[in-house]
Amino acid sequence: MARSWRDAFDLGERPAEGVSGVEEGEGPAGPESGSGLFKRLRDSLSKSRQALQAELGASLFDQLDEEAWERIEEALILADVGARTTAEVVGRLEAEVEAGAVPRGDPVRERLVELLAEAADGDGARVDLSARPAVVMIAGVNGTGKTTTIGKLAWHLRRELGLSVIVAAADTYRAAAIEQLEQWAERAGAEIVRGSPGGDPGAVVFDAIAAAESRGVDVVVADTAGRLHTHSNLMAELAKVRRVAAKRLEGAPHESLIVIDATTGQNGLRQARAFAEAVDLTGVVLTKLDGTAKGGIALAIASELGLPVKLIGVGEGLDDLRPFDPREFATALLAE
Amino acid sequence: MFDQLSDRLQETLSGVRARGKLTEEDVDRAMREIRLALLEADVNFKVVKQFTSQVRERCLGAGVLDSLNPGQQVVKIVNEELAELMGGASRDLAFAGSGPTVILIAGLQGSGKTTACAKLAKLLAGQGKSAALVACDTQRPAAVDQLLTVGEQAGARVYEQGTKRDPTEIAEWALGQAKAAGDDVLIVDTAGRLHIDEELMAELAAIRKRTKPHDILLVLDSMTGQDAVNVAQAFAERVDFDGVLLTKLDGDARGGAALSVKAVTGKPILYASTGEKLDQLERFHPERMAGRILGMGDVMSLIEKAEEVSDQKQAEDLERKIRRQEFTLEDFLQQMRQVRRMGPLGNVLGLMPGMGRAVKQLRQADLDDRELDRLEAIILSMTPAERARPQLIDGSRRKRIARGSGTTVQAVNQLVKQFGQMRKLMAQLAKGKLPDPQQLGLG
Repeated sequence: MARSWRDAFDLGERPAEGVSGVEEGEGPAGPESGSGLFKRLRDSLSKSRQALQAELGASLFDQLDEEAWERIEEALILADVGARTTAEVVGRLEAEVEAGAVPRGDPVRERLVELLAEAADGDGARVDLSARPAVVMIAGVNGTGKTTTIGKLAWHLRRELGLSVIVAAADTYRAAAIEQLEQWAERAGAEIVRGSPGGDPGAVVFDAIAAAESRGVDVVVADTAGRLHTHSNLMAELAKVRRVAAKRLEGAPHESLIVIDATTGQNGLRQARAFAEAVDLTGVVLTKLDGTAKGGIALAIASELGLPVKLIGVGEGLDDLRPFDPREFATALLAE
Repeated sequence: MFDQLSDRLQETLSGVRARGKLTEEDVDRAMREIRLALLEADVNFKVVKQFTSQVRERCLGAGVLDSLNPGQQVVKIVNEELAELMGGASRDLAFAGSGPTVILIAGLQGSGKTTACAKLAKLLAGQGKSAALVACDTQRPAAVDQLLTVGEQAGARVYEQGTKRDPTEIAEWALGQAKAAGDDVLIVDTAGRLHIDEELMAELAAIRKRTKPHDILLVLDSMTGQDAVNVAQAFAERVDFDGVLLTKLDGDARGGAALSVKAVTGKPILYASTGEKLDQLERFHPERMAGRILGMGDVMSLIEKAEEVSDQKQAEDLERKIRRQEFTLEDFLQQMRQVRRMGPLGNVLGLMPGMGRAVKQLRQADLDDRELDRLEAIILSMTPAERARPQLIDGSRRKRIARGSGTTVQAVNQLVKQFGQMRKLMAQLAKGKLPDPQQLGLG
């Protein structure tokens, strides 16, 4: 079962308000159902399955010879899970099967899904919005979909959870990034605090938190410029943005999420590691899952760095952001 | 990890030297390491399989050359095969005989198309061609604004008609404008699209039909994983692109996707983007990518970059000095200053063979360009004699240098030690030998 928005967020002692104040701002008439989404996911995944000819037929789990194990590994590697995490998961499964703990056939597949889901799950970690205002910082390398994610997140926070949102346009570097966020904020019905192009991103976040406090706004979502994790000066700048937030409001940012593009390969692990060092990440948003890429690198990130996926992006529409469901994700990885 | 592929191969094959020939078992052990390394570099699984079986054939029974140890021998074969697969000589853009040359830019969302358009315009301007841009991304919010801004920064004219019109019509209109204005090149920026998005892929095919581009470039993020082959195949089928522009190579991704795309579609990589600044776009050299994928550095690019910033005479002097191990700290200082003119430290060091590990250490030590200021300060605090003969530097001189440069004795020590290692490495390279990491203490 796909998790609901309410399950995916920790709103603390905030009263469960009704959906209010969403009449402004455009957007789809109603939220798409979870099953519809995952049908789309699976549809697209089945295309990649065909392309890669790595489908794991039922007979594979009956025979379980050396070739079968190799095929299972192959499927995971083709999903960008990475050789190391793949070897760990498959090794564990193989040991359990050999010990007779798992009977051959379907139970093996079931157990594989379970193991993958466990590896991807950070104990059902929720997005912590219990503080008031809660500050969410969004970071990542260039082109992963940070600004788009923020637009969708702001819309969902208002629509699904009835929260008021300020977005902070702290990507002062990329040309037209502020204009892009402005358009999203308008669609989402969120307020925006902006600086000037080339300005200090820390100051924008500072102002946004101040504005949220004085106006009693629930959540601040901060956009930051995309940066390659190998540029130490840019990573230091990001760390500074975080420090400025913490100085303005104790405990902020309450969530620091890295946006990882599902098409990313093994470099995603290095990205997550570097960003975690710089800004103490609390989780991952996995975007672009509507293509044929399966985002297996998120599994490696969760299992090696303990960073759970919290949200997934499945398109460019306002409602194309979802709470992460480890089981659905694991099932999709095997492209059934 | 990949950085240690060379080391691991040497370890795996350490017993082989005595026999002088690689046996099937040796080769299989080596192939396992190579397979893992290539997967780590995001080379597509299928391509890896095919590749390792090819390399295996060549390695079997291959004699171990006198100058190389068995590990190096295998690395050499892998390197050659990779270079072969990456595609021999690099191709140039096709230019129109008359009227504007049309270059269509396509790719997934977030691969870096808009920035690439401006960089390409700037690169072409440097070759004396006036390039204009047209904004056909009507999907992403503010994409037109972004192209206007980067176009202005690149000194390129930007044609746009907002986001309400059909991109196909905008492209056709812009082509008319470019003809009238006498632009040499028209670069068409398009919306990012998923290769499975039927509607948008059809739109791209329509733009192609109307504008008849001379070159179609697929923009590919060098961090892309296994899915790169699916993307490239789909774009090849729908718009039959001519080549790839590889972006974000200034990161630490090995870029195995480039290899996969070449292997699967046969399309060459034409350009590589190596930084956020608009002049950081280069012609791609396929034979050099092999070294990067293998973590073996890129001597050719380094030499070429050095040539760009130094004159011929200087380069010859330097080469002689390097061969004879007469390279001094004074030369090092000059080089460092030239190197800094080439770009940020990480970019340049990454190009040097055997420096893969060093770059990582530098990163761990949080060494960035500011650190170079410190190195400069240390060398500037030395006497000319000390710069020429670092072995003169004893305890009291070290203290003086540390004080003079505002650093520590340890920092001075480290610089002198690393300089010694580097001098050996460079001499070896100049003599055409692969560096032996163990000997250098880097391994």
